[in-house]
Amino acid sequence: MSPHVILRVVSKLLIPLIALFALYVQFHGDFGPGGGFQAGVIFASAIILYALIFGLDEAKRAIPPSWVRIGMSTGVIIYGGTGVATWLLGGEFLNYTFFAPDSTHAAGQHWGIFAVELGVLCTVASAMVAIFYAFGSRTTELTDEDW
Amino acid sequence: MSNVPPTLILDIGLMAMLVVVAFSVVRLRSLFAIVMLQGVYSLLSAAWFVSLDAVDVAFTEAAVGAGISTVLMLGAMLLTEREAKPVPLQKQLGSLFIVTVTGMALFYAIGDMPAFGDAHSAANAYLGTDYIAATKTDIILPNVVTAVLASYRGFDTFGETVVIFMAGLGIVLLLGLNGHAGKWRAQPKGQDVSNSRGDKS
Amino acid sequence: MNGLLEHFNYAVVIFLMMLGLYVVFASNNMIKKLVGLSVFQTSVFLLYISLGKVTGGQPPIIAEEDLHAATDGGHDVVAEGAHQAADIIYSNPLPHVLILTAIVVGVATLAIGLALVVRIREVYGTIEEDEIDALDYERNLEGAAK
Repeated sequence: MSPHVILRVVSKLLIPLIALFALYVQFHGDFGPGGGFQAGVIFASAIILYALIFGLDEAKRAIPPSWVRIGMSTGVIIYGGTGVATWLLGGEFLNYTFFAPDSTHAAGQHWGIFAVELGVLCTVASAMVAIFYAFGSRTTELTDEDW
Repeated sequence: MSNVPPTLILDIGLMAMLVVVAFSVVRLRSLFAIVMLQGVYSLLSAAWFVSLDAVDVAFTEAAVGAGISTVLMLGAMLLTEREAKPVPLQKQLGSLFIVTVTGMALFYAIGDMPAFGDAHSAANAYLGTDYIAATKTDIILPNVVTAVLASYRGFDTFGETVVIFMAGLGIVLLLGLNGHAGKWRAQPKGQDVSNSRGDKS
Repeated sequence: MNGLLEHFNYAVVIFLMMLGLYVVFASNNMIKKLVGLSVFQTSVFLLYISLGKVTGGQPPIIAEEDLHAATDGGHDVVAEGAHQAADIIYSNPLPHVLILTAIVVGVATLAIGLALVVRIREVYGTIEEDEIDALDYERNLEGAAK
């Protein structure tokens, strides 16, 4: 049993809430402060907290590095794909109006922004986790006692 | 001076704290303290961003500057050193000279800047208000920052997403997702560094 | 004196910027250099955001009734909606967008820098700039001798 019992219990409670908050920030970003970047960073921080408390190997079992690698590129593809989709619909690159040209309430813009923010979320969250994995997996020269 | 708005007092208080923290970063040599103070600096500036109406920026700064970058710096510090060595006085004085000259030049330019909170300055009068007006009719979303970020400047943000991707890729290449990249060690004292690439394990 | 009061934010921000710049110049330790760089960077963010502040303004999140007033205005219900829309002042959203981008790119570059520092430490055994210079110098001397 590790000495950090309180940390473990509290973070087990907190981590799902942090992930949920990230999703709230993501999907409420059109109406209040927030958006893909913030949501991505918050989501990554949930995983980082898990890794800090339960160890990197546990975190890597929950979110394997291969997922992270795929997620990083998927986000860019979603974003770029949105632009290509507007091309195919006859508009300019990333001109979202062409998703719903007849809408009076700019529905096309809403869909476009939604898709783009999803891509941003995917890339930012995965890239942050990847960066943390990379730093965390390097072997340390310092032990806990050195502090 | 009779009726000072309360936000101004808040602004000045936050600025004073920022100066103190930045000054401590200059003075200290313990890397742990420096890294934590950098997080404090980010958090304080996030608080000031809220006071300056930049809620989105404050949110990002609090999450990125105070959260992720502190964790990354601690991680990097753990892999390197914990104390910065003292700097020779000569180098300190040289840098002080350069910084003073640069600061003087910038102070000289302050006179041309618009007054704090001026709604009619060139920066605030045209493009910013245009974006707000256009968002009401074109995008119909309450958050103007999201609208400008994702739609009007969508191409810009695409480039930024690619930058994040490239940064992630670069770090995976430099360190490896499992920490195995480039596990070879040169012998800096005396031995030939270029040769040691051979003893890869 | 009045001019200084109107520009106090720039004065403080420039002072903070110079403190960050000093750390970048004066320290040999690379981690400390990067911390100085991010202090410098955050101060530049402060400069931009304080430029976009409008006295008495609100965060650039359009009030619900304002938003609908603007859209209904297209359908000839102009008078009251337009009147209300003019009442609320918003701070300038453009610097916010620029800085939002800059913050996230900033952490990306910081991470790359830290990764490079970690690799430098693994190869040279130190992250002090002058020691690395000395090691490089020694190695070059040896290369010349061979």
